[in-house]
Amino acid sequence: MKSTFTRRRFMGTAAATGVATLAAPSILRAAGEPIKVGTYGGFFESSFKEFIFPEFTKATGIEVNSVAVPTGETWLVQIKNAARAKTAPADVSLMAGIPRNNGARQKLFQTLDESKLPNLKNMPDRFQDRYEDGGLYGVGGVSWYITLCTNSDEIPVAPESWAALWDSQYEGKIGLLGLATNSFLLEVTATTFFGGTDILDTKEGIQKVFDKLSEVVPNVRLWYKDEGSFQQQLQDGEIPMGQYYHDVAGLAAAEGFPVVSTFPKEGGILDSGYWIVPEYANAVDEVHEFINFMSTPETQALLSRNVGTAPVINTDLMDLSEAELAAVASPLEPIIPRYDIYQEHAAWISDTWNKMIAG
Amino acid sequence: MQEGTRLTRSIGLIPSSVMIGIFFMVPFVLILLTSVSVPTADGDYQLGFSLEHFDRFASWFYIERALFSAGLCALIALLSLLIAFPFTYMLTQFGPRSQTVWLIYILAQLSLSEVLIAFSWQILLSRTGGIANILVWVGLAEKSFSMAPSAGAVLAALVYLAVPFSVLLLYPALSRLDRSLTEAARTLGASPLRTFFTVVVPVTRPAIISGGVTIFVLTLGAIIVPQVLGKPEHWTLSVLITDQAIFNFNMPFASALAVVLLVISASVIYGVTKFFGGKS
Repeated sequence: MKSTFTRRRFMGTAAATGVATLAAPSILRAAGEPIKVGTYGGFFESSFKEFIFPEFTKATGIEVNSVAVPTGETWLVQIKNAARAKTAPADVSLMAGIPRNNGARQKLFQTLDESKLPNLKNMPDRFQDRYEDGGLYGVGGVSWYITLCTNSDEIPVAPESWAALWDSQYEGKIGLLGLATNSFLLEVTATTFFGGTDILDTKEGIQKVFDKLSEVVPNVRLWYKDEGSFQQQLQDGEIPMGQYYHDVAGLAAAEGFPVVSTFPKEGGILDSGYWIVPEYANAVDEVHEFINFMSTPETQALLSRNVGTAPVINTDLMDLSEAELAAVASPLEPIIPRYDIYQEHAAWISDTWNKMIAG
Repeated sequence: MQEGTRLTRSIGLIPSSVMIGIFFMVPFVLILLTSVSVPTADGDYQLGFSLEHFDRFASWFYIERALFSAGLCALIALLSLLIAFPFTYMLTQFGPRSQTVWLIYILAQLSLSEVLIAFSWQILLSRTGGIANILVWVGLAEKSFSMAPSAGAVLAALVYLAVPFSVLLLYPALSRLDRSLTEAARTLGASPLRTFFTVVVPVTRPAIISGGVTIFVLTLGAIIVPQVLGKPEHWTLSVLITDQAIFNFNMPFASALAVVLLVISASVIYGVTKFFGGKS
């Protein structure tokens, strides 16, 4: 399975290698225990350890133990199993949309104290997840865009709309993510052809969107699950077009590969990881301090510059230059994934999707 | 005396039986229980009895996937035996030293993981790095093209994976083959080819059958090769199980599919040993 782990949701190695403490100066060692912070393993974790956690320790005196967290759902199960023993595998961690929804349904996360999170005011409502009673349980941590990426040697003029995926001139030239739950192509189709994702409210609506989406199947060469193999083929021009992560595409372009990432006029797909606090996590005060620190304009700018993520707070509060902002985000209204539908119609969407991509 | 021997023999079996019980039976029972579990209101599942996950399997899409997987793996077993059998037969005729060297070489191939093989074949079959360029170079193709993802790519890589196993499965039987049988056939005027088909193959039939079944079951569990080198229509049941377990996190449905896969394996093993396994 190693090969199918991708950077965001799947990259975490199963073993939570949470022993790596930071090499922060010993003077800063606070009286309390370090807090355990879970981020997606690999690139994310190493960037957080290098750029973000030391700043947090400098600002607050609280030390951080970094934990690499595995697949969203696997991580959720670990949190749940730990909760049975009234413990938590981390004090605070990033979690993606669908497992977060599932976890909230099972009430696995603590309700946060908003009075301790003054920086919440910087953040649009869509980055604040709430229980039905209004209690806050998820706060936006990092975001990233999935955009339309092309190989400029093979396709000199990059298309400006997601509708290009349906264009027969690209038959056999397109690479798309292989799961309904990570490609968010239902949302893309709904926004491009049905005026927004509201049509996904009902099963009948989703079926209509599926009918439209199934028209792209003949154009698709590769339904990929691991980022690496698609990126390779995009760079080589073997598969010259497809949906891909804006930040990594930017890195590839910076290395000299003929890769262009375009925000289609309907918007890029904006996926995010939110901070959640497992039910039995200790160090509640420190965790609030951490989440609050992560929501400052300075930290968000630090993340954009060093980790390549899109800000989760209003960008006009930040000191990013136009070029820096363009490297991670776009002023166009993004397509926000409808995580809820993958919970409500999980089995049906997965079956319909499987049948669709198998032609 | 007889009773005593049986008792000591049974006592000797206890440690390994307990091990097998713990490491094989317990997970199997857990899978079985999960496959018939019932969903709870908060989206989790709990112990119970419900056939809804098997009901979900019982659509043409999943049945077709199961049949495709079985057919593909049967074909792979056949092809890898066709390649491995003549090679192993020749190998057993070499001197002991070169036999050892070859066997070590083939054993070493087994250390290549499925992941490594899948990605190597992906490069080999790509437009830029691969076989297609050789075809252009020798003039067989006009323009380089990509050969993956395709059914042929899945087949080639899985056969590649299975051949070393086939050789090792056939080797014991072929190396123990009584030379006087082939010599007799040759003395009585049979050509080498005829000797091979009328003497060697029938005598080693049990090894061929068990080797074929082993390869079938082994490739039925392959995930990476079909996923990386195949289009979605070439994804096997194992790929779908992985999808359900890891990406959709539907453990009950993944377990139900796994039970179906187990049933397929078991029936093939049973059927083949019953109908072809008898002593010739």
